[in-house]
Amino acid sequence: MALIEHLTQEYLRTKKLPHIWCPGCGNGIVTAALIRAIERTGYDQRDVVIVSGIGCSSRAAGYLNFNTLHTTHGRALAFATGLKMARPELKLFVIMGDGDCSAIGGNHFIHAARRNIDLNAVIINNHIYGMTGGQHSPLTPTGMKATTAPRGTLERPFDLLVLARGAGATFAARGIAAQPRQLEQLIVRGATHKGFSVVEALSPCPIAYGRRNKLGGAVEMLRSMKDSSISVERAAETEDAELKDKTITGVIYSFDAPEYAEEYYRSISDNKG
Amino acid sequence: MVQSEVKFISGNEACAEGAFYAQARFYAGYPITPSSEIAQIASERLPTLGGCYVQMEDEIASIAAIIGASCCGVKSFTATSGPGFSLMQENLGVAIMGEVPCVIINVQRSGPSTGLATSPAQADIMQCRWGTHGDHAIIALTPSSVQECYELTIRAFNLSEKYRSPVVILSDKTVAQMREKVILFTPGEVELLERKKPTGSPGEYLSFRPDDDGIPPMASFGDPHLLRITSSTHNEQGFTDDDPSNAFTLIRRLYDKIEDNADDITQIKTYFMEDAETTFITFGITARAALNAVHKLREEGNKVGLINLLTMWPFPACKIKEAVANCRSLLVPEMNLGQLVREVERACCAKEVHSYTKSNGKNIFPGEIIQAWRDSL
Ligand code: SF4
Repeated sequence: MALIEHLTQEYLRTKKLPHIWCPGCGNGIVTAALIRAIERTGYDQRDVVIVSGIGCSSRAAGYLNFNTLHTTHGRALAFATGLKMARPELKLFVIMGDGDCSAIGGNHFIHAARRNIDLNAVIINNHIYGMTGGQHSPLTPTGMKATTAPRGTLERPFDLLVLARGAGATFAARGIAAQPRQLEQLIVRGATHKGFSVVEALSPCPIAYGRRNKLGGAVEMLRSMKDSSISVERAAETEDAELKDKTITGVIYSFDAPEYAEEYYRSISDNKG
Repeated sequence: MVQSEVKFISGNEACAEGAFYAQARFYAGYPITPSSEIAQIASERLPTLGGCYVQMEDEIASIAAIIGASCCGVKSFTATSGPGFSLMQENLGVAIMGEVPCVIINVQRSGPSTGLATSPAQADIMQCRWGTHGDHAIIALTPSSVQECYELTIRAFNLSEKYRSPVVILSDKTVAQMREKVILFTPGEVELLERKKPTGSPGEYLSFRPDDDGIPPMASFGDPHLLRITSSTHNEQGFTDDDPSNAFTLIRRLYDKIEDNADDITQIKTYFMEDAETTFITFGITARAALNAVHKLREEGNKVGLINLLTMWPFPACKIKEAVANCRSLLVPEMNLGQLVREVERACCAKEVHSYTKSNGKNIFPGEIIQAWRDSL
């Protein structure tokens, strides 16, 4: 209890509460996991900058008691790139939604991955545009309904982590709001990884997504999220056929490669010397 | 005493020199003709100055990156041209709303769209003023020579820091790529302004609480004072706030901090105005042609004068009105279908105002201005 009290007082702008999210929204769970993760990294509050775009998820920045840069839809990573290059010692967490990151922000996403710049992307994936009223996003599974896909979307979704890998990201993990402790650990792992890290957090949006697709309320959505997930370790021992409809959680890949800001400043000091 | 350095360089090079003199240490951009020389020079020079050059994936990202860098207290700039400037409009709004100092050099070229790639034009006057959505004010400076490219870029950084606002350099293809003699300033010769930093305790600091001058002090990311920048309508704490009176107070302040200081921000250069009966009012490369036309007409004994606008926005209405008080008529030559002339008409509604426009990718020549003047008699 004391820890919760401490985290709340230290890292939340309590005067700004209650938040705007709907009852049952998973954004609060992910935000809480992020706060605990930052606490665990031991970073100085002044050195942390939270960058966000636009959407339900991006509103998290407003409630967090850190430096914050709340930008335009899809552009958070581009702002964060300039920030990191100007002050590489700062610790950047970039909160995005699925549409925010993978549709309008897709170009910035692949290029941040390509540069392997040390930004920690936390993508809250609720499979829908929530704030604008439930339109389908590039991460809406085929066949699912949305206000702009009344008969179910025909489009195929991205696998965000495979996309990031193809673009050059060096760390990717997937967590679910139904397992907040694991999510917290994954964010810590992403933060301590040098280079571009992606943590995809599956999160229920009972209002704009669950209701239309008859997925039940928040509790049912969290339960089915948990039931359909499997850890990367267990998945390794499971037949492919059994994994077909499963969400694999945990660190999907992690390896070392030169980090852009560090390489840049090393190269200019070499040239000067 | 340190001797001033004299160089023979292009307008684009002069903009880059001006930026370095002003202590700009961060550039993010995307290649586009006729502005790319600025990026090339920045990529060469900034690393030697301990600064940073990043080539971004597009112009949307370029302006985003310079805003991010500027929030760290690093003076930052980008350069582009028509299509790229169109893409920058979105985040130009962030710099306005978030009150983040930065400089955007737009080397105007023919449009719309890809247009006559890449012929000269002066047709981004209104895009620069109103291109990003919503009520706002903007500062835009218009150089007509390589020397002015240098000096106005330094001034752009100063105004940007002073007013916590983005500043646009509205250059044009001809000015940007012609080469002329430039006298570079010695260190310390020109005063360089820095944004106001918070003075109180970190606990009391609010990112958007203005001083009496309407401008809030700005912390940098990494300072003891936490900085909160947002693109949404916000209160003094930087928190999204949709209360109507708060919204109005904010929008009004963002507008007034620029428009109420037009006297400090705007500059015009006048030539032969003592006894001028007709005044040519123009800017950029067309001001050079107009000055040549004035010289020729004066040789024939005609009483004509010239106002060269070094500031386009806020519009230097008061300074123009004062300068033309004794003139009978005004002639506004410009390389577009008539964007500047409307502003001149608004500012000088009691005067007879004539327009000469050209929008075919070619510069306006002195002979055309002389002919337009004769036709107006
Ligand atoms: S619309 Fe969905 S994502 Fe947005 S706040 Fe409501 S539940 Fe959360």
